[in-house]
Order: sequence, then C-alpha cells, then structure tokens
Amino acid sequence: MTTLTPVLSRNWDRPDSYTLDAYRENGGYEALRKALTMEPDAIVEMVKASGLRGRGGAGFPTGMKWGFLPKDNPKPRYLVVNADESEPGTCKDIPLMMANPHALIEGVIISAYAINSHQAFIYVRGEVLHVIRRLRHAVAEAYEAGLLGKDILGSGFDLDVVVHAGAGAYICGEETALLDSLEGYRGQPRLKPPFPAVAGLYASPTVVNNVESIATVPSIVANGAEWFKSMGTEKSAGFGFFSLSGHVKRPGQYEAPLGVTLRELLEMAGGIRDGHRLKFWTPGGSSTPIFTEEHIDIPLDFESVGGAGSMLGTRALQIFDETTSVVRVVRGWIEFYAHESCGKCTPCREGNYWMVQVLRRIEAGKGTQEDIDTLLDICDNLLGRSFCALGDGATSSVTSAIKYFREEFIAGTHTPAWELFPYQRTTRWANESVEEDA
Amino acid sequence: MSTPPKPNPIFSGENRARLELDAKEIISRYPKARSALLPLLHLVQSEEGYVSNDGIAFCAEQLGLTTAEVTAVATFYTMYKRRPVGEYHVGVCTNPLCAVMGGDEIYSALKEHLGVENDGVTEDGKISLEHVECNAACDFAPVVMINWEFFDNQTPESMKKIVDDLRLGKDVKPTRGPNRLCTWKQASRVLAGFDDGRATEGPQAGEPSLAGLRLAKERGWQAPDPADTAAAADEEGTK
Repeated sequence: MTTLTPVLSRNWDRPDSYTLDAYRENGGYEALRKALTMEPDAIVEMVKASGLRGRGGAGFPTGMKWGFLPKDNPKPRYLVVNADESEPGTCKDIPLMMANPHALIEGVIISAYAINSHQAFIYVRGEVLHVIRRLRHAVAEAYEAGLLGKDILGSGFDLDVVVHAGAGAYICGEETALLDSLEGYRGQPRLKPPFPAVAGLYASPTVVNNVESIATVPSIVANGAEWFKSMGTEKSAGFGFFSLSGHVKRPGQYEAPLGVTLRELLEMAGGIRDGHRLKFWTPGGSSTPIFTEEHIDIPLDFESVGGAGSMLGTRALQIFDETTSVVRVVRGWIEFYAHESCGKCTPCREGNYWMVQVLRRIEAGKGTQEDIDTLLDICDNLLGRSFCALGDGATSSVTSAIKYFREEFIAGTHTPAWELFPYQRTTRWANESVEEDA
Repeated sequence: MSTPPKPNPIFSGENRARLELDAKEIISRYPKARSALLPLLHLVQSEEGYVSNDGIAFCAEQLGLTTAEVTAVATFYTMYKRRPVGEYHVGVCTNPLCAVMGGDEIYSALKEHLGVENDGVTEDGKISLEHVECNAACDFAPVVMINWEFFDNQTPESMKKIVDDLRLGKDVKPTRGPNRLCTWKQASRVLAGFDDGRATEGPQAGEPSLAGLRLAKERGWQAPDPADTAAAADEEGTK
C-alpha cells in the first residue's frame, strides 16, 4: 500500500507557515547553506541523479533541462518560475505558494546558483491576489535576511528575484508564451526550436520551471538524490501533489509518491460522495484524456498513465460521479479552449470555435448523425497541427469521451443532456436537497 | 471653432507626476523596460478602474511605444477591462469542475439577483459580474473570486448575501485572503507591484489544502528518513 509523504506540505498546519521564521524552524534554508558550499555543476548532477521530472505537466527531466544551457553563450542567464497555474483541475501551486512561499524562494536561489543565473522571475497568474501578496512578502523577508540580493550568506553569489503578476491568459502557462508575456507582449507561443535554454527571455539562455519542481529542489539537496529516488517508481521518481476535486468526500491536496493509484487516493479522501459511484476522471487536468472506473488501479506515474492512453499531466484528479453528463463537461472544456486559444494557429483557433458549436447542439439534444464524425475530424485536424500544446490538449477530452461514452453523444441527437442527467443533481449541495425532499 | 478636449485629470498635473514616479519604479525592476507593460496596465487600471485610451497613451509614453502596440497587449488579457467595472468585480468559476459542483447555479442566481448579464455592472456601480475560467482552487469548488480574492465553497444563497452586503457597504471577508476585501482599484495597485501590507492577514491554508497532511499525521505516515536511504545507498555502493 502506498502512503502519503508530506514534504512540501509538512508545515502547512502551522498558522504562520508562510513566514521566514516558521520555515526556518522546520529546517528551511539549510539546503541553501549546503548548496552554496557545492559546485554549481554538482547540484545540476544531483538533480539529474534524483530523476526529478517537471511537475508542470510535461514531465521533462529538470536536471537535463538545466544541462541544455549553452556553456559558451556570454549573455546573462535567467531563471523563470512558471506560477501561472491555470490548467483546469490543477490547484497545487497556488496553495503551496500561499502556505509555504519560502520553499519556492529557497528553490529559486539554489536553482539559480546551480545554473549561474543572477536574475530570476516568478511569473504568477494575476487572479490570485493573496498569493501574490504572500510571495512578495516572502521575497522581502528573504532580502532582509540576506538570502537574496548581493553576496548571499557570504557566498559571493548575487541574485535578484522579481514577482511578476500576469493579467489573465491561460496560454501564458505555455513556457514560450509566458516569456513573450514577461517581455511585455501578447502571450503567444513561439515556434521551437530555438528552445528557451538557447534563446529564451530577451533571447538569452533561460530555464523555465514549474513552481512545484523548483520548490522540490531544496529537499533533494538536503536529503540526497537517493532519498528522492526511494519514493515513486524507477522512471517517475519522488513525490508530488495529487489534487482531488469534484465528487469526493474530502477533496484536497494529497502529497504522495508517484505511482499511487486512484483507488488508494479515493480511500484516503473518504471515497465518492455517499450513494454515488465513479463515472469518469482526469488524471492530470482537462488536457489529459479522461479515464473511467476501469482505470482505478493504474499507477499514477508518467509511464503507466501514458501506457493507458492518457497523461499524468499535473496530477489534477477531477472526479465526476454518475450524475454527470460527459457531454456537458466536454462542452465546457472546449468553451474554455476556444476562449483561451491565443488565435495564432488556425487549427486551434477555428477548430475549437467550431467544436463548441457542435457540442452545444449535442448537449441540447439537437445533434445530427454526422456530429460525432465531425468532432473526430476536427480533432484529427487539430492534433499536432499547432505551435503549442493547447490545441493538442483540447482534443484529449473530446476523443476520449467519445471513446468511452459514445452513446451519450448519440443520445444528443434526440435528448438534451440536462434531461438525461438533471444538472441540479451534480451540485455540492444536491445530496442535502434530496434528503430535504424526502 | 471647437475647444480642445479637456485633459484627463488622472493623467495630468500632479497626479501624472505621481504616476510617472510609480512607473519609473516599476520599470526599474526589469532588465528591459517593455517588461513593465503588464504592471503598468495594472497601474493605470488602479487609477481609473479600467484601461482607458488615456491610460493606454500614458503606458505608451512611459515605454516609448505606440498606442497601437499597447492596445494590442491590453486587449489580449482578460484582466484588463476596457469599460468600467464595479467597485467589486465578481467572477464565478464556470469551468466544468466548478460548474458541475454548483458554479452554473451560482452564476445564474447572481445574474437574476443583480439584474445584469455577463460583464454587466449594477446601476449603483458597486458590483460587476463575469464568469471566469479555472482559478486553481478546484478542491474548494464551487469557487467565486471577488476582486481576485478567494471565496471558497459557495452556494447561490451565500453569494447573494455577500453581494448584498457589499452593496450595503458592509465589510466582507474572503475565505482565504485578507481580513477585509479591498476595492477593485486597490487590488489593481497590488497587481502593479505596490504592496498594501496585508500579506500576513488571513489563514495560511484552507481545510482541503490540509486534507492530506492531516490524514498523514493521523496515520503516522511520513516521507522516508534520509538516514535510512543514505545507509541503503552505501550498502548498494559496497556490493
């Protein structure tokens, strides 16, 4: 049986957990002291050896990403933290930065030292005011304590950190769109290559990492690569947040080794709400193909989830029970992608727009016999045909929902989804009103 | 002959001088000035409550850009409003997870209660309403954001009461945020990078954020002891 392994969340139950004092009382910034005695390359090697893979969805090995920075480029190097958490279902970085911002700041300092960068940015989505306050407060505390600025802890290493608030655009979570946004432009993805490691922020060598990836680095430096690898699976090492939401009794953040199963997590979360059963779920946000009850024992690691036809993504487990219309949910997700498409690539901009029209019609029970084929055809023309993963991600829910629940789309040719699945039955308070009625 | 239009008092005289100092401070944070454009747009929004053409011209002048270049950016991001919004801007999450958990009901109840459509403002200018996309608080669904502060686990009834209280001028406290909601303009100023000194108010975490930690403590679960893994690695090395 897999058990929980709270590392980043281990001090969150302290009311003052976000302060420098509280963080230090739990061993905070000791990893930084150790790191500053190490050669920068040795830290890169250590992170490589730990097997840490990016926690922002793609799962690219973090140490390898750092290793791609060209040795001979004289331009300044930048570290950019992607704190633009907005993949539907994903809700781990925001509570992490609210409760424990110093874990991120310590990770930023160690990572910047490892890649020889003297300027870091934390690009945080704008719609989370209190998280922005907490981050800025933590940065200010760190400057005051000599943990940021010139000659950090007497090491001779200098680093400045800027907390930069975005302005509302899902696409800025895509790393090259984020860089354009940080440069003061519309956030639109760039064609790769060149990758940010070669030409990133201001065309300088840049590392872009997710909040959770960077916040995990201090624990690896403090406890060693072997410690990190002792959790998780061979190719998906370590721990991560599994964020349960939806029709479960105790939704929330569960920090566990990669490879934990939904069955285990559901047991921890008290199961599906009373009187109901699991219908479908996302393993890693709305851009990952949905799973059903049959996937409940799949180890939630990169390889196993990929092997079963989906992606681990951000471990955003959105759980829907049998009261939920899959057509309604997919229509909502595609409205999201249509709204958030930056418009640069025609297949994504137009494909999502037209899928919304078709899905609204199916939801209303006015679909046609050809609509399923039309949807699959649009997905076929979308997948792999845009600059970034937003377009690809949009197709995931459509194709997987048709694969597992084709009959609901067929029913959309004659019956509205809200008649088949009365919408008031899905709400958080639905169970209460049923009891009242009885 | 027509008289020339009166200059916008917000972007002229003493107020302009003050804003130019703010702008300088923002620009000084970045290696390249243009990176300051997003915070500058938050800054002009904090003065007028929205991004007007005068606000765009102000940003353009600070950065040596054309107004077309700034307009292209201002219209790309949903947090910049091109028309005045309410003193309290209410964003109901209707992305599917929240929608299914009750966000759709909350949104339609508020539309009816306030008598406004999407992006509409109440006649007293107090409340504006929009449906927003996922705000990274799914374990607190259904979620509503007011001036970008979290209002977790809402119902149609709880939200109707909150907007009523706001219209009556009562203090309202976010679920995870400062002790009192600030106005839209004040929030925009924080986004521009000027602190309001309220970071230490409010809880460190909500209950769902602690669900896993509490269970781990209850069951005595923790991450492995580094001493054990170091010993195992040594053994491995000597084999």
